[in-house]
Amino acid sequence: MRKRMVVVEGSYAVAHAVKVCKPNVISAYPITPQTHIVEDLSQFAADGEMNCEYMNVESEFSAISALIGASAAGARTYTSTTSQGLALMHEALFNASGMRLPIVMTVVNRALSAPINIWNDQQDSISQRDTGWIQLYAEDVQESADMTPQLYKIAEDEDILLPAMACMDGFILSHVYEPVILLEQSLTDEFLPDYTPEFVLDPKNPMSFGAFADPSTYTEFRYKQEKAMGVALKRIEEVALEFSEKYGRYYGGLLDGYMLEDAEIVIMAMGSVIGTIKDTIDMLRKEGENVGLLKVRSFRPFPADEIRKALKNAKVVITLDKNISVGKNEGALCTEVKACMYNNRDVLAPVIGFMLGHGGRDIPVSTIVKMINKAKLVEKGIFIESEFADLREDLA
Amino acid sequence: MSLLKPGHRGCAGCCDALAGKFVLDALGEDCIVVSPTGCLEVFTTPYPESAWGVPWIHSLFENAAAVASGVEAAFKAMGKMNNTKIIAIGGDGATMDIGLQAISGAFERGHDFTYICVDNEAYMNTGIQRSSGTPMYASTTTSPAGKVSFGNPLNKKNMPAIIAAHGSPYVATASVAYAPDMIRKVKKAAQIKGPTYVHVHAPCCTGWKFEGSKTIEVGRLAVETALWPLYEMENSEITGVRKIKNRKPVEEYLKAQGRFKHLFTMEGGAEEIKKIQATADWNVKHFGLD
Repeated sequence: MRKRMVVVEGSYAVAHAVKVCKPNVISAYPITPQTHIVEDLSQFAADGEMNCEYMNVESEFSAISALIGASAAGARTYTSTTSQGLALMHEALFNASGMRLPIVMTVVNRALSAPINIWNDQQDSISQRDTGWIQLYAEDVQESADMTPQLYKIAEDEDILLPAMACMDGFILSHVYEPVILLEQSLTDEFLPDYTPEFVLDPKNPMSFGAFADPSTYTEFRYKQEKAMGVALKRIEEVALEFSEKYGRYYGGLLDGYMLEDAEIVIMAMGSVIGTIKDTIDMLRKEGENVGLLKVRSFRPFPADEIRKALKNAKVVITLDKNISVGKNEGALCTEVKACMYNNRDVLAPVIGFMLGHGGRDIPVSTIVKMINKAKLVEKGIFIESEFADLREDLA
Repeated sequence: MSLLKPGHRGCAGCCDALAGKFVLDALGEDCIVVSPTGCLEVFTTPYPESAWGVPWIHSLFENAAAVASGVEAAFKAMGKMNNTKIIAIGGDGATMDIGLQAISGAFERGHDFTYICVDNEAYMNTGIQRSSGTPMYASTTTSPAGKVSFGNPLNKKNMPAIIAAHGSPYVATASVAYAPDMIRKVKKAAQIKGPTYVHVHAPCCTGWKFEGSKTIEVGRLAVETALWPLYEMENSEITGVRKIKNRKPVEEYLKAQGRFKHLFTMEGGAEEIKKIQATADWNVKHFGLD
């Protein structure tokens, strides 16, 4: 079957994907560069194309809080935010996850203030790493849209019940016009079952949500969240395959490899920079370089076993991070990839971390080539732990 | 049996437990209760137990109104609204301080729910710290009376007026010491469509320092001295007032509580009590309580 492609803005493709998932309640607060998604959803609601309550709330904090109430009442829920808005939600993110409410949120990744900056990096979602939300990172517009029904299916799985973030790079994906296939309603109805939670706020069967847990019970709530993340590791793979069977598109489940099998130098990254890396690899392969890519699609749950397996032939690993843990001089992917290689004998490749693309700084092919050349020096014994790859020397 | 079941961990004489019981007496089974963080939340739900005989959710300290508005939106979206009443019950800190923005948003959006503030005039759950509900000259752990201080130097925030300014169709004050009046007002608030508000005065024996057997007595003194006027507002107009027969001087209310005792021992205390009496006198005039 030939699928009809249309050229739309990334935000529209995502909003359309949300629409066909039929959420009951959407609650959002505008913030650049997330605005186009919620504007498009508002228009769908205004045109009667969605049978949902669209709530214009007074802050991101209330946006997520309203969804906590709505989700506990049994609704399928959606919001989208970015940067400062996500940071403002921080406290409630733990709460949504702790109460096991499968809210789905698109995070349009953007830098955090100060200095204020509206452009893309991934500091915002990375900073919410430990809140108990599933986090998938999209490579392009089509994947950003397709991730939406996938995440509802994963989050609402009765053995998971965790909230989930679909992370897409701000402007680079949210504001770009690309040819995409808009998700078909009929296929999505088949792919995504109705949300029928067992535990809801219902006067006919009263339950208490959000109780007070003392030291004798608190630990097991955390343990069960972690167990649910373990189930999610499997479901993310399965749902990616189910999606592929239904729609004919696949982006990897937890990870995806490109020219990986025989690669001695492996680049690991998340998000829209994947496309630039693939182009760079194509170029370098023609020149006889053994370079490959390991795309990290799922950052939470973190696929440590799968990463170790994927890196077993690597001689050196390069991690790219659009974030930094200030005071560690590393991005999160670098730290976590290194951590997952310790305490095992299968992979002993050195890991070099590069931080780049902060605050929307462009990542051209030349920057990626520069990093690969540095990685080659490591093979000769010169070791770089982690550094900024794209500093302006006149400002540094 | 009350829908707020026995066995919870409230203090003997607890005003929050009374308020919770009266609210559920007013509403019956067909309601959903949202609680922000606070004494009522903590002492009613020590996992795996719960005192709530109705569906109940606690999320955070500052978001009860937003959570309640989400519950309401979900019920509307899924066609489950029928006659189910959505209620938020928060303390003075959760309502007048940290949760004020979320409350403003929910009232402005016009959700069909009732917010009940159970005002015991300080952060009792954390150990009697001052809130914007603390009245002038009350000694709390963060506004203590001392050699150069009569305690909290600021007037109580006029929360019902703030809610009325949002255009709420029904705003009322009540007191746990006047149960039939409070139950009637909660019922009325829940039945009126749109966002409605009941602000309940709730004497806390632990925080205000009086015997647990005197909760009702102290609550009545607040009303009888005109320091806590009981009134109703519909669409921002005062439509009902409880008149006071034989109004008592404020000293009778102040003397009954340890949090004001410094006013009777410190030099200049009598002058300061006059300021509190002036507040009561203003209430009498403004609300027509005589």
